[in-house]
Amino acid sequence: MADTLIDAPASRQALAAAHAPETSWRESATGYLFLAPWLIGFFGLTLGPALVSLYLSFTDYDLLSNPRWVGAANYVRIATSDPKFSAAMHVTFLYVVLSVPLKLAFALLVAMMLNRGLRGLPLYRAIFYLPSLIGASVAVSVLWRQVFAGDGLLNQALKLVGIHGPSWISNPDTALYTLVALAVWQFGSPMIIFLAGLRQIPKDVYEAAEIDGASRSQQFWRITLPLLTPVLFFNVVVQTIDAFKAFTPAFIISGGTGGPIDATLFYTLYLYQEAFAYFRMGYASALAWVLVVIIAVFTALSFLSSRYWVHYDG
Amino acid sequence: MVDLGTSDEISPPRDGRRHALLYHVVLCLASIAMLYPLLWMLASSFKPDSDIFGDASLWPRHFSLAAYWRGWSGLQVTFGKFFLNSLVVSLCSVVGNVMSCSLAAYAFARLKFRGQKFWFALMLGTLMLPYHVTLIPQYILFLNLDWVDTFLPLIVPKFLAVDAFFIFLLVQFFRSIPRELDEAAMIDGCGPWRIYWIVILPLSIPALATAAIFTFIWTWDDFFGPLIYLNDMNSYTVQLGLRSFVDSTGKSDWGALFAMSTLTLLPLFVFFLFFQRLLIDGIATMG
Repeated sequence: MADTLIDAPASRQALAAAHAPETSWRESATGYLFLAPWLIGFFGLTLGPALVSLYLSFTDYDLLSNPRWVGAANYVRIATSDPKFSAAMHVTFLYVVLSVPLKLAFALLVAMMLNRGLRGLPLYRAIFYLPSLIGASVAVSVLWRQVFAGDGLLNQALKLVGIHGPSWISNPDTALYTLVALAVWQFGSPMIIFLAGLRQIPKDVYEAAEIDGASRSQQFWRITLPLLTPVLFFNVVVQTIDAFKAFTPAFIISGGTGGPIDATLFYTLYLYQEAFAYFRMGYASALAWVLVVIIAVFTALSFLSSRYWVHYDG
Repeated sequence: MVDLGTSDEISPPRDGRRHALLYHVVLCLASIAMLYPLLWMLASSFKPDSDIFGDASLWPRHFSLAAYWRGWSGLQVTFGKFFLNSLVVSLCSVVGNVMSCSLAAYAFARLKFRGQKFWFALMLGTLMLPYHVTLIPQYILFLNLDWVDTFLPLIVPKFLAVDAFFIFLLVQFFRSIPRELDEAAMIDGCGPWRIYWIVILPLSIPALATAAIFTFIWTWDDFFGPLIYLNDMNSYTVQLGLRSFVDSTGKSDWGALFAMSTLTLLPLFVFFLFFQRLLIDGIATMG
């Protein structure tokens, strides 16, 4: 037995070669077996539906009769003659442009304070993270509606200093800002990512800078911010995409209407109304694809621009 | 991208004591400002209705559970039913996600098969795809399968690893497990299934727990899915129940509304208290 094993390297190789296709076929089969649930989901629930919705976006479809091919009419209407689409774009972009920078500024500011080696860091971090964790709940939107209502918590507080506040929610000029405030309130999760990034920056870089006489603000602009750009980049991309997709707060605060007078008509809320209130499935599919293009363009621009401001050599 | 830099060791303070005190004051004030609305909601849920308005205090003058009783059976279906529904949907989603995502992650991280890189790239691609493009055809599909008003449209996708994010999370973790362990098991005669079951899964408990907790929280919080697929109040989840309650009470019964809001947040607080570390490390690794 031992002899045959020892003097048979050549035949073993031949054996392995003969078996190689079979074992690799078996390995492949095992691999695909493990992957089977995902593959079914990918074809059945992701790729297939995405293609179908691309097709539907060129049709008129109300779920009852068969889809009717209308060519690019849906897209033409989106681009030229849909005031609701313009309103939704305006609201959504304003929301993204206001909420993302504010949220990230708070996240970075607090992360830097926490990174100073204070006692009680875990407690602070937990408190600041909590709103991010529960922020998507309907309950939080309900609470927000009360806080910013005419007789709500905010106005009660303002009354103490003698200011008579308006009803922030039902005023079209301020309604969107209450949603921005809700987004900024949830700065905890980007804060945690910033904090993890800040801890990667070696302490001796700051010590060297201090010896060279760099001021606090110089240290921030020349060391902290450049070394943090990969994390900043990640946070900007993730938070922006999330902001484009925001739905629940606008739905709850406006009672599903996007009101007052479309002031909180988020893009996804408009899409929901078209699809599930008016059953214009073709038009809603076109809206979905426009959203994909917007997000894709934004992501591509971020990645293209990243070579100019993101430092990966840190 | 970012290593787990979340250990709690305290680096030597670079600031003087006075600075530290200043930071503590600022951070304490910020914490209070952030938590105030939540604490006020909690306090208000115990106040008699007449005390909620014009009373911004965090301590009810008169304790009362009346709002909870009113809210619990404020709709034709009680909140007990909503909680049960949410629990069923969330727990099934957890099981589905952990199973299907760990299977796929094992295939990507440990096995070798033809087309592996191709599928992995596609899987990463789905991370970027907004769910809105699959929404309408999925709805049509589930409508034709007669699954509307059942929990199946909310649960079945979880068993098919549609949340690619968790696959990615688990792939990263599985890759950090030393290969020598697989090889040792293989020498002992284990095939890939047994290696997956007795080597990889037990060593990945922290990652699996993170995936499980996030799945639970996100499913519990999900509003959009139930809104589309559940029309019958008997099948409502807590989020839908709460929304109906808002619509039916309007502004008339804030006490009951706050009481039920507090209850729907309760499971999230429990997770937060017990698994804070896993949650925070999870967020930090996502970077």
